[in-house]
Amino acid sequence: MVLTTTDTTARPPRKSLLRENPSVLWFMGLLGLFTLIVSLLSEATGIGVISTSLVKILGMTLCLCLVALAMDVVWGYCGILSLGHFAFFGLGGYAIGMSLMYARTEIVVRDNLARGTIPPTETEVLDAVAAQIFGVVGSSELPLIWSFANSLPLQLAMVVLVPGLLALVFGWLAFRSRVTGVYLSILTQAMTLALSLYLFQNDTGLRGNNGLSGLQNIPGFLDVPQSVISMWFFWASALALGLGYLACAWVVSGKFGAVIQAIRDNEARVRFLGYNVEGYKLFVFTLTAVISGIAGALYYPQAGIINPAEVAPIASIYLAVWVAIGGRGRLYGAVIGAAAVSLLSSWLTGGGAPNIDLGFYRIVWTDWWLVLLGLGFVAVTLFFPKGIGGLFDYLVRKQS
Amino acid sequence: MSTLLEVDGISVTFDGFRAINNLSLSIGEPELRAVIGPNGAGKTTFMDIVTGKTRPDSGRVLWGERSVDLVRMSESQIANAGVGRKFQKPTVFEAQSVRSNLSMALKNKRGPLSVLRWSPTPDDEGRIQALAEEIGLSARLGHRAGDLSHGQKQWLEIGMLLAQDPRLLLVDEPAAGMTPAEREHTTDLLKRAARTRAVMVIEHDMEFIRRLDCRVTVLHEGTVLAEGSLDHVTKNQQVIDVYLGR
Repeated sequence: MVLTTTDTTARPPRKSLLRENPSVLWFMGLLGLFTLIVSLLSEATGIGVISTSLVKILGMTLCLCLVALAMDVVWGYCGILSLGHFAFFGLGGYAIGMSLMYARTEIVVRDNLARGTIPPTETEVLDAVAAQIFGVVGSSELPLIWSFANSLPLQLAMVVLVPGLLALVFGWLAFRSRVTGVYLSILTQAMTLALSLYLFQNDTGLRGNNGLSGLQNIPGFLDVPQSVISMWFFWASALALGLGYLACAWVVSGKFGAVIQAIRDNEARVRFLGYNVEGYKLFVFTLTAVISGIAGALYYPQAGIINPAEVAPIASIYLAVWVAIGGRGRLYGAVIGAAAVSLLSSWLTGGGAPNIDLGFYRIVWTDWWLVLLGLGFVAVTLFFPKGIGGLFDYLVRKQS
Repeated sequence: MSTLLEVDGISVTFDGFRAINNLSLSIGEPELRAVIGPNGAGKTTFMDIVTGKTRPDSGRVLWGERSVDLVRMSESQIANAGVGRKFQKPTVFEAQSVRSNLSMALKNKRGPLSVLRWSPTPDDEGRIQALAEEIGLSARLGHRAGDLSHGQKQWLEIGMLLAQDPRLLLVDEPAAGMTPAEREHTTDLLKRAARTRAVMVIEHDMEFIRRLDCRVTVLHEGTVLAEGSLDHVTKNQQVIDVYLGR
């Protein structure tokens, strides 16, 4: 026994991470620079060129980059085309949203009740909070799943546990039956659809299609202006993306990365090498679901609202499109894809882009954006199978 | 020589076709054994059953000193028990380097968490170097396995098999697509491996089998037709009938 412990401690730590992934240093540098520039240009901490709403969009984009990283690990590296990772993202958002909404409602309710002559009892407060939150779906009782909503630490644990456990159970069932390829994709999509339909119902306990709103107001900091809060979330998102990139780079490098890529290329062969393929898939699927949940928990307080439409299957398909356009099988590709496509999307559909009048026809970008995205996807698939990230290979080769 | 693997009365049917029919055979440790037989004799199916890829309809596959039944185990459990397999078509991980292919096969802990923390010890590195030397790929450790020639891929797969350090090597047509010099090298390597392990070679090439100079099992229609030295089985009238098609 003693021998084995000394043996493991004597092993040198894995130092190959940076050598195997030269992109990590580049990425960290660029992310740091980007964060610094945005901070210096923002309203709260800089000269005010970047509006608070743009800071929020940029912060949200960083979260989308993080979930795209997770998607790239599970799809680009491990070969599982999951059409459910945006559902895990949404679950993370719901988990944090419950806590934020509960706490803020409680503050409002206590203020109101305090105006009365008799101080309210705790039951009265609880009932009033429930009525306030669920009045919109015709209920006044706090559902069981809100049991932890009054505790921020417990609800933060839910951000990780709910997507993690769902992925663990779903993955265990699916991988154990050796469902692979397109059948697995359909299964994950069915899970996503079922989840969003379930959330759409009023009696689910998550306010049906109203979703959770007012999430941009952070209880305890209600008198802090949004311009400042948006910067906090922006920094938190940048930090999460940086740590997420490190974690993902660590997972996809070294022997573990070799094994999951081998599973992607020929899983039967990996079994004959003695690796428990199902265990590896489950590990990667669950880990990336947790990363997605964390990304969602940072995204929705910036968006301010979450509703079941966010969890709809189309969102998870977009996620796959971002990663494909950015270049799967390389982490920076996923980040580039998610950032480029989602920013372009919000520019074109948010009225930022001028419509083009051709005389006989007017190109309205809100209508044409999806066509553009579709054409872009087809073009990338046909002409740049490695995605935008593949251009870096070209540059590196040219240099050497 | 003690018995390492004992296949006991296995049968398997695919859509009414009886691929393996009450097949029984055993191999000792150490031993070198060649398995021959015409197409469709069930040679590859036999390997599929031993390695857990195919489950037999009936029969047992007993392994090792404690006679555990491999039929109940998954592919990865069987591989970890000490059964290594080389496929007919070289199947290496083409997108990865030769070094990475070897290091994945290297006998080490296989659990996700231990693999995540794994870094090569000097001992591991030494084994990789020695294996690369043995299979003639020392200079190509950093290359993509997909860039290797067909023969080199065969070698790499043999190297991966040796890296697993199995007690039983199942080798499906190792000499396919190799030059005469490479074949000779392969024969040497298999004979050397068989000094300490059980090695079972499926082959069509009689010349290759003659050079292996070992006990031969002839399969026909999913069952053992004859067993013994090559000269013995080639004199067997039934074997001649099967091979010459009567």
